[in-house]
Amino acid sequence: MANKTAESISRDEFFYGHKACAGCGGSLAVRAALKVLGPNAVSVLPAGCMSAVGFNFPQLCFSNNSIISTFAGTASMLTGVEAGLRARGYKDFTAVGFAGDGGTADIGIQALSGAIDRNDNIIYICYDNEAYMNTGIQKSGLTPFGAKTTTTPAGKNIHGNIRPKKNMFEIAAAHDIPYAATASIGNLPDFIKKVQKASQIQGTKYIHVIAPCPTGWGVAPDETVAIAKEVVESGLWYLAEYENGTFRLNYKPKEFSSVEAYLRKQGRFKHLTDEDIKIIEASRDKKWEYINKNFEL
Amino acid sequence: MRPYIREKKNFTFDDVPENTSFEAGYLTTVNSGWRSIRPVINGDRCVGCEQCYLYCPDGVISINNGKAVIDYDFCKGCGICAKICKIGAIEMEAERK
Ligand SMILES: Cc1ncc(C[n+]2csc(CCOP(=O)(O)OP(=O)(O)O)c2C)c(N)n1
Ligand code: SF4
Ligand code: SF4
Ligand code: SF4
Ligand SMILES: [Mg+2]
Repeated sequence: MANKTAESISRDEFFYGHKACAGCGGSLAVRAALKVLGPNAVSVLPAGCMSAVGFNFPQLCFSNNSIISTFAGTASMLTGVEAGLRARGYKDFTAVGFAGDGGTADIGIQALSGAIDRNDNIIYICYDNEAYMNTGIQKSGLTPFGAKTTTTPAGKNIHGNIRPKKNMFEIAAAHDIPYAATASIGNLPDFIKKVQKASQIQGTKYIHVIAPCPTGWGVAPDETVAIAKEVVESGLWYLAEYENGTFRLNYKPKEFSSVEAYLRKQGRFKHLTDEDIKIIEASRDKKWEYINKNFEL
Repeated sequence: MRPYIREKKNFTFDDVPENTSFEAGYLTTVNSGWRSIRPVINGDRCVGCEQCYLYCPDGVISINNGKAVIDYDFCKGCGICAKICKIGAIEMEAERK
């Protein structure tokens, strides 16, 4: 029984024996992307869970060349890696970064903006687990409204995070980047196709992949992939691309699944009131109004 | 190829590289002790569709002669494979001690 997606990527494993929690969505994103890019990928990982679980001397879990960058410097180190290898005459390689949501939307955003501005030939992948997980679940600019973190606690008066999630995909696209995409680890064929496409394009590529964290989201380890599907089905996340100045929607749920069901099964949203859930539904509907108007199908 | 277990030296501080580089894919410990439950493949049912192979976050499933095979040294027992297998060829069983 041939699996087209499995046939299109390397049989080798490049991220193996890592110490991520059981069922970690971020580790699945890194693993899948490296199986697309192959042994000549040079990966850059800033401070965050994926570097913490991948490089524990002498347990070194990447079988391709990989390096840890400063927390803020994923994109600038990618610039240097690409320029250095090119200067030394290497041709067949891909400089790829794997940074968390905090490392991307907060502390690393100026380095990323600079790299896109220079149009450096790199792939930047943001694995979005919606908080600073490696330091124990603090709110980032990509934590969604209502989520409980250690810095946005849920109490009587304030119900978790009071701010909406930054729109990193459209921020990257607003630079007029050659290629940007959103993805979910719940749909690996789509994510893998986008990494393949990015590897064929010259210039800066940005891929934003939702990667649930069972530890931080308060779901069972076997729920990671299912919840990454559900966030797309409920319309709270979407699969899209930006290319040649145009936004394209890759998938439109026929009917949204229940936002309430999505939220209620996660520990981080347990405290939400029915009113809070209505606010979240309303913001989803507003977002989709915008998408339906401005994105091609 | 996958990163694999090497000889476990008793590294001392003197062995820690002074520059920041060391051999890629160098493993010295397994993850099997993390499991409380383990996935067991039913070879009669498995049709080799490779969905479990694709979605395993640890990459420990491979397909051998059309059937899924698990590297129990590195499987963490998360259960994602059992959920993704549409035909129920993977059962999660209590880890035997
Ligand atoms: C300059 C700097 N500030 C703070 C830290 C501490 N730190 C290490 S990892 C991390 C959280 C990373 O969060 P994110 O980028 O979302 O990745 P995740 O851990 O969630 O995978 C923080 C705050 C650091 N290493 N460097
Ligand atoms: S805390 Fe979350 S992101 Fe970090 S390794 Fe565990 S599951 Fe993965
Ligand atoms: S998902 Fe099920 S049927 Fe498919 S290869 Fe895995 S065990 Fe076999
Ligand atoms: S239980 Fe988890 S780690 Fe083990 S084979 Fe299944 S998906 Fe992979
Ligand atoms: Mg994070």
